[in-house]
Amino acid sequence: MSTPSVQELATEHEGTREISLAQAVNEALAEELRRDPAVFIIGEDVAEAGTPFKVLNGLVDEFGPERVIDSPISEAGITGLGLGAAMTGMRPVVDVMFGDFLTLVMDQLANQAAKIHYMSGGRLKAPLTVRTTLGATRRSAAQHSQSLHAWVAHIPGLKVVLPATPYDAKGLLKTAIRDDNPVVFFEDKMMFATKGPVPAEEYTLPFGVADVKREGEDVTIVATSSMVYVALEAAELLATEGVSAEVVDPRTLVPLDREALVASARKTGRALVVDEGHQSYGASAELAAVIAEGAFWELDAPVKRAGAMDVPIPFSPVLEDQTVPTAASVFQLAKSLVGKG
Amino acid sequence: MTKPDLALRMYRQMRKIRSFEEQVNELYRGAKMPGLAHLYTGEEAVAVGVCEALRQDDYVTSTHRGHGHCLAKGASADRMLCELLGKEEGYCRGKGGSMHIADHENGNLGANAIVGGSTGIATGAAFSAKARGTDQVAVCFFGEGALGQGVLYEVMNMASLWKLPVLYVCENNLYNEYTHFSETTAGDMAARAASFGIPVEKVDGQDVRAVYAAAASAVEAARTGEGPAFLLCHTYRYHGHHVGDVDRGYYRSREEEERWQNERDPIALLGAWIVAEGIADEDELERIGRDVADEVAAAAEHALAAPFPDPDEVDQHVYA
Repeated sequence: MSTPSVQELATEHEGTREISLAQAVNEALAEELRRDPAVFIIGEDVAEAGTPFKVLNGLVDEFGPERVIDSPISEAGITGLGLGAAMTGMRPVVDVMFGDFLTLVMDQLANQAAKIHYMSGGRLKAPLTVRTTLGATRRSAAQHSQSLHAWVAHIPGLKVVLPATPYDAKGLLKTAIRDDNPVVFFEDKMMFATKGPVPAEEYTLPFGVADVKREGEDVTIVATSSMVYVALEAAELLATEGVSAEVVDPRTLVPLDREALVASARKTGRALVVDEGHQSYGASAELAAVIAEGAFWELDAPVKRAGAMDVPIPFSPVLEDQTVPTAASVFQLAKSLVGKG
Repeated sequence: MTKPDLALRMYRQMRKIRSFEEQVNELYRGAKMPGLAHLYTGEEAVAVGVCEALRQDDYVTSTHRGHGHCLAKGASADRMLCELLGKEEGYCRGKGGSMHIADHENGNLGANAIVGGSTGIATGAAFSAKARGTDQVAVCFFGEGALGQGVLYEVMNMASLWKLPVLYVCENNLYNEYTHFSETTAGDMAARAASFGIPVEKVDGQDVRAVYAAAASAVEAARTGEGPAFLLCHTYRYHGHHVGDVDRGYYRSREEEERWQNERDPIALLGAWIVAEGIADEDELERIGRDVADEVAAAAEHALAAPFPDPDEVDQHVYA
């Protein structure tokens, strides 16, 4: 099921450039705004400011303030407005600056957007994209650091996307905007400067197709969003100890490419899930359960998980750095899983 | 001055809603309807007066007490009753029920079981109409209970800022569920919208001609780019919060209920005006009443006999 890896792509496509994840997101939005007059962006400081992360820089210059709209600080209101616009012919991209603010929009997402297609017996649609962020270690403390993707992944009717690379971010965001369902698109705010190869030519990526970011034989590390980089670094460390780790990135939690996760775990016989949400009742539990159910007879050990500690994210760096999985902690966990710990 | 044909149409629509709600109550009491329903009886003039000022392609969003809005916007009684009974032929194939009826062909974007839950949708529909360059208008119906919800103020702020063609229609039926609004609502209701620079019109919600006049003028203003308006309609809910709320003595008196029903009934008020104006006589009004009662009774018979959806539909329509 896996699509070409980043490395393969770099050689496959003419005109592939190294651009940042922020640039990839910006390009995806610009292309979709150009392609479809129904697309617009609404959010706090999305126009001239280009968001606090500067991801949207320049878009208002090309598309004007009618399509790149600075809103009041009203997360529920703009999401509700986006939903109403989506139900009546538009394709809004609502910018929710920090994933922590999803708490403010949950009625609009979970009770309204997620259910309108179903509740109307398939007669109404909500092609709404909500872009937001996740990820700790930015020294932003407890209300600007959470990774709340499990909240929305729990609600049928929403699709949930967690790109790790600029290539994935661009292709998946274009698909999100074109999708006829509400999609919540999470970008790790620590990855905006992360660079990677992205083709100059236009492309989209399908939802529900995992990507093997590194092939291996001894242990499967399923990793989401920026945890892909943690997993890849851990895989390098494991290689120095003679352990071959496979890194699988689901890329979308909903829909989920269950087959790819199970196939990798069957091949290696051992699996570890790394996800930056809180470990308890989080996305990692669902991914681990999928593997446990699908690969039970081929597994040589119980599926392990590494998530954020079950504490509010603290401010002090010495405290915060302990709360999220690191290459070192994933390396140790994987080593113990293959009996070398 | 209300035109004769409009007066008769509004009379018919109000009678139809009244008959429909009586039918729903009967189905509930006869244990023929799953779940509950929130009856619109007594408030008919608001839905009808507003919706008569709209075109078919204008949008409305509705509430848990939404049967009146749905009928007034053009829905058919039989498909609505099919929905209330969970039948395949219902507007939502039985997946929505009373609290989620939507009728997109007539611009009804749905009833909503979250108080204030559709304020964003209505405002977004108005945003969309403006962005697409149409002259459609969106109407957001809600009860005075929704004045307690913050999202209403978020979207009214944006509607005023961006001059969106949306009409906020507050149906003040006096009770937030089982609690009089005076116990829950500080200050002045009208001042809430006025503080955003939204023009407010206070309307006798039992006088359908007054509701229509206020709505028509607000809709016309919205259509021509003058932005949102807020109608504050004073009305009354004859039944309880829902069909099962029959012992209401602890929150309101029988005398109060009777006073509204005997002195302020919207159908009786319009009927008396029609007769006084010589537009129709009592016999003709009763004939209209019988017509719609027959229509609703036939719809109920049809809905009771209609098939349920195939159980396999349970996981259809989760995603488009």
